[in-house]
Amino acid sequence: MFAAASLTQALEQIGKGFESQHPGVHLTFNFAGSQALRTQIEQGAPADVFAAASSVDMDAVVTAGYADPSAVQPFVTNRLEVILPAGNPAGLSKLQDLARPGLKLVLAAPDVPVGKYSRQALDQMDSAFGAGFAESVLGNVVSEEDNVKQVVAKVQLGEADAGIVYVSDAIAAPDLKTIEIPPQLNVTAQYVIAALKGAHDASLAISFVEYARSPDARSIFAKWGFGPLP
Amino acid sequence: MMTHTEASELASENPEPQEGLLNRFLNDGRSSWIFVLPGVVLLLLFGLPLLALILRASNKTFLEYALSEQALHALRLSLVTSLVTVVVTVLLGTPLAYLLARWKFRFKSWVELLIDLPVALPPSVAGLALLIAFGRQGTFGPFLSQFGITLPFTSAAVIMAQTFVAAPLYIRAARIGFTEIDYQLEEAAHVEGASPWQLFREVMFPLAGRSLTSGAILTWTRAIGEFGATILFAGNLEGVTQTMPMAIYLGFERSLGVAIALSVMLVGVSTILLLLTRRLDRKH
Repeated sequence: MFAAASLTQALEQIGKGFESQHPGVHLTFNFAGSQALRTQIEQGAPADVFAAASSVDMDAVVTAGYADPSAVQPFVTNRLEVILPAGNPAGLSKLQDLARPGLKLVLAAPDVPVGKYSRQALDQMDSAFGAGFAESVLGNVVSEEDNVKQVVAKVQLGEADAGIVYVSDAIAAPDLKTIEIPPQLNVTAQYVIAALKGAHDASLAISFVEYARSPDARSIFAKWGFGPLP
Repeated sequence: MMTHTEASELASENPEPQEGLLNRFLNDGRSSWIFVLPGVVLLLLFGLPLLALILRASNKTFLEYALSEQALHALRLSLVTSLVTVVVTVLLGTPLAYLLARWKFRFKSWVELLIDLPVALPPSVAGLALLIAFGRQGTFGPFLSQFGITLPFTSAAVIMAQTFVAAPLYIRAARIGFTEIDYQLEEAAHVEGASPWQLFREVMFPLAGRSLTSGAILTWTRAIGEFGATILFAGNLEGVTQTMPMAIYLGFERSLGVAIALSVMLVGVSTILLLLTRRLDRKH
């Protein structure tokens, strides 16, 4: 199971449910940024199922011939949220504060799905909060991390004043403070999942994909902050 | 002490060794393959990946990638930070190596252990430890911020990470260099009334010069290649903390071309630096 880092907690729980329905089956997960997983699959890493936070990375895997276009299924959505360390050292209270000079902001790199979505959301805030907003926020970026959990870690350690992650990551790290991003400024991440052609056990891979889209799995995803399909 | 010429005269009294690996393999018969074949397996493991990297890079786009803005930023940052690391290491490490080589004191073996540890530790442990110690919320972070210093996500953090993992190589080499110097020279200098500083500057430092230089080059190659400690302690931002190894790791996911171009450049730089140390060692 190669899955986007943001799916870590939810998929581990769903995996346990799947294992209890399929005695003798043991799932192994590889959680990382979708772009990293895509490269690993393209370089021949043995994977049965790929769950990506962006259709771009799934498309690349399909184009490279590792998944059938018809195998690709949308399964959950996610939204963005601003996270702050528990002590909120910079005293942030609203989105506009992100542009304050000298703030230490951590984002995911632009080629990581959440990094791309974060920049899209900043562009939308730019039109709402006045031109130059996105530019000054991006000027506060002190590090571009390789996946969303690295952003969470840097904020959790208190090394950064703020970070932009998925709602689900904020739920998985309850010690963090958050600033909500209103729907009109937010971006919806559409997750896709597919059983891969080189799967060790093709029918098992397909049944996992089905299970991940089942009502059982949906209630777990909802608990971890993921949204339903539109 | 035996001089170089004496040593080679001694060696030439022994029967002439057979020249050429192939001759040996063919003439010595049965048992010689035990020494040749296992080695070949390892040499292929070392050589083939480097060969593949160079083959993949040898096309028209290499220069384009090598001269891309990201690659040049990473190259410049790597050169600047690693050179600062070498300067800091030589300035602080030479006196330390001198003490370890020429002085006797309590807890010396503990100091030596502390110096050897960074070499044995995985760099990720080094990065985490640096972050826990000197991060903004780290053990000594609040103390540092009283002076307006925050280290994570800065080029200074890159240099600290490189020094942590690479400086011990210089200290080791320098210690050996100083240890090899004949004690009679030291005594002679004392008799002539030389101060400890004069002894160091005029006798010890020049005599250990080659060891110091080759140690510094080793530290430089290690610093230029540092990755694990840097990504944890310094983060990743182009032009500020994104060194060549970091750009290679991220380029692997973004643009394989930049990653391969930078890798070949690093192989080249490391080869040149190692050739330099070999030359120095041979003259020694």
